Amino acid sequence: MADRILEVNNLTVDIPVPSGMLHAVQGVSFSVGRGETLCIVGESGCGKSLTSLAIMDLLPANASRTADKLEHDGVDILNIGENRMANIRGNTMGMIFQEPMTSLNPAYTISNQLEEALLRHKKVGRGEARERAVFLLEKVGITAASNRLRQYPHQLSGGLRQRVMIAMTLMCGPDLIIADEPTTALDVTIQAQILLLLAELQKEFHMGLILITHDLGVVARVADRVAVMYAGQLVEQGTATQVFENPTNPYTQGLLDCIPIPGKTARGAHLGSIPGIVPSLIGDLNGCRFADRCPYAKDECVAKDIEFRAAFEAGHSYRCVLSPEVCAKNAQRKLIA
Amino acid sequence: MFIYACKRFGVAVLVAITVSLLSFSLIYLSGDPAMALAGESATSEDIENIRRVYGYDQPIMVQYVDWLSRVVQGDFGRSHYLKREVAEVIFERLPTTMLLGACALGFAILLSIPLGVLAAIRPNTIIDRLALTLAVVGQALPSFWFALILIFWLGITWRLLPITGTASWQNFIMPAVALGYYVTPAIMRLTRAGMLEVLSSDYIRTARAKGLKPATVLFKHALRNAIIPVVSLAAVQFGFMLGGSIVIETIFAINGLGFLAWETIQRGDLPTMQAIVLVLACFYIVLTFLADMLNAFLDPRIRVA
Repeated sequence: MADRILEVNNLTVDIPVPSGMLHAVQGVSFSVGRGETLCIVGESGCGKSLTSLAIMDLLPANASRTADKLEHDGVDILNIGENRMANIRGNTMGMIFQEPMTSLNPAYTISNQLEEALLRHKKVGRGEARERAVFLLEKVGITAASNRLRQYPHQLSGGLRQRVMIAMTLMCGPDLIIADEPTTALDVTIQAQILLLLAELQKEFHMGLILITHDLGVVARVADRVAVMYAGQLVEQGTATQVFENPTNPYTQGLLDCIPIPGKTARGAHLGSIPGIVPSLIGDLNGCRFADRCPYAKDECVAKDIEFRAAFEAGHSYRCVLSPEVCAKNAQRKLIA
Repeated sequence: MFIYACKRFGVAVLVAITVSLLSFSLIYLSGDPAMALAGESATSEDIENIRRVYGYDQPIMVQYVDWLSRVVQGDFGRSHYLKREVAEVIFERLPTTMLLGACALGFAILLSIPLGVLAAIRPNTIIDRLALTLAVVGQALPSFWFALILIFWLGITWRLLPITGTASWQNFIMPAVALGYYVTPAIMRLTRAGMLEVLSSDYIRTARAKGLKPATVLFKHALRNAIIPVVSLAAVQFGFMLGGSIVIETIFAINGLGFLAWETIQRGDLPTMQAIVLVLACFYIVLTFLADMLNAFLDPRIRVA
């Protein structure tokens, strides 16, 4: 058993579009430990979802994926072919999607869809599968589970459906779960419940969890480590404390500036915003992707690609031409202003 | 489900009543029936007599109710031309037409659904193009002409199949192909479109994320949802084929309902025509009802509608 349940090195995803090649994900590297929660944050279209689909090998047919390394539990899953990958999917690696309303098949009962995952991967009987389904539905907080099993997706609310999705991913007892914005489509009141549920289950079953979200409030509550993405690249990575307390990359700083933090943001103070729009990722890309929106941009930012570098603390790294000292000073200045 | 079935059944009955009204009024659409019966040399007294004997002097609503109550008991009246009970003639011919229709629909489904699925899982490939070509040709080719081509090659040039009659199962091959090929394009294109839409849906991604085998994803999760509109279409097409078999039965000299209809129209045999229209329409209604029930079985969301 490897310590790291998932290791991703230099993952890229390219999608051909009519006007050229869309470089949706460019050299993303990270790892997830057993029992660890990694949050990937970033704005819409920054490549978060495609990164997760690339790990599961569920990309659209026309997208191409390359990586230096893609290992699950110490085993290469980059070039193992569809059959062996299908044996891993839903078995030791599960995925929860953004849209609970459409992610369940309308034609089959909940029990059918739950049990099918277990029957596919494990040598169990129907009775055993039914027991497991009831157990997990109760685990995800669904009451009268055996009645719910007989129901169809259209008879359940969005929150319930997402709970069913979570239970479905847990059927085979995976060691890694990828949750792609699992609460975006839900009511605000349900969002927190689902996230806390995920965090609880992750601790209880000691799974690795990749939580993809653009809700920084959520990240602050559940993340062990945080990876910030911008325009297809990782721009900062570290523990939740490191990233939230000492955001180093200017984009991360700008992002954190946009949300009120209790105890930090003064009452009545203006919240920040990042001017400009996300650059197009079609064609050749050079230099810092954030340069034209960055308040500290210099000539050298656009000259060449910017490398990842270490921040002050171990395990905290970021992508910028500026040294950690300068970045820290910038962050300070912003707080005073 | 029961409530849904009752509702659909109610609608079916209403449609059947409407159709019976229309087919009854066929008699009056072609002029005064008493005059037609009496012939050209009849005196006005003869016509009056016929009118009284056949009840044409009664108010139309009375005649209709009278006619309907007899039809419900299986009495379609007597054919003036065949000098036989209409019901007898129809039930003699109906099985042949039903068999032909079922064979044609079977052929159409066996050809079009696999092709539609293949075209959808390999869109814009050579398979897709071939299927599209087949569809365009099928749509453009009049069925009587296709039937003649079949007869020419398979029946006369190569002598593979008998060209007329209903003596053996081989007699049904060419008519079924000719009749079924005409409805193939619609079913195939609808299957392809449905599959394409379903295959890109979120629940297919979920199924794949569960690691299910491609065949399970395709047939259990995708096809069942994609097939729902196809069921409705196939039911309508089956009804259409029963009607469309008039041409095919005439070409292949098959002694079915279609052939009878053609004969009847030529002779102006009104009671028989009325009965044929009514029987075919009722089949349509029954098929639509059955398709609704099948769809409700396939898609649980329909059951509550």
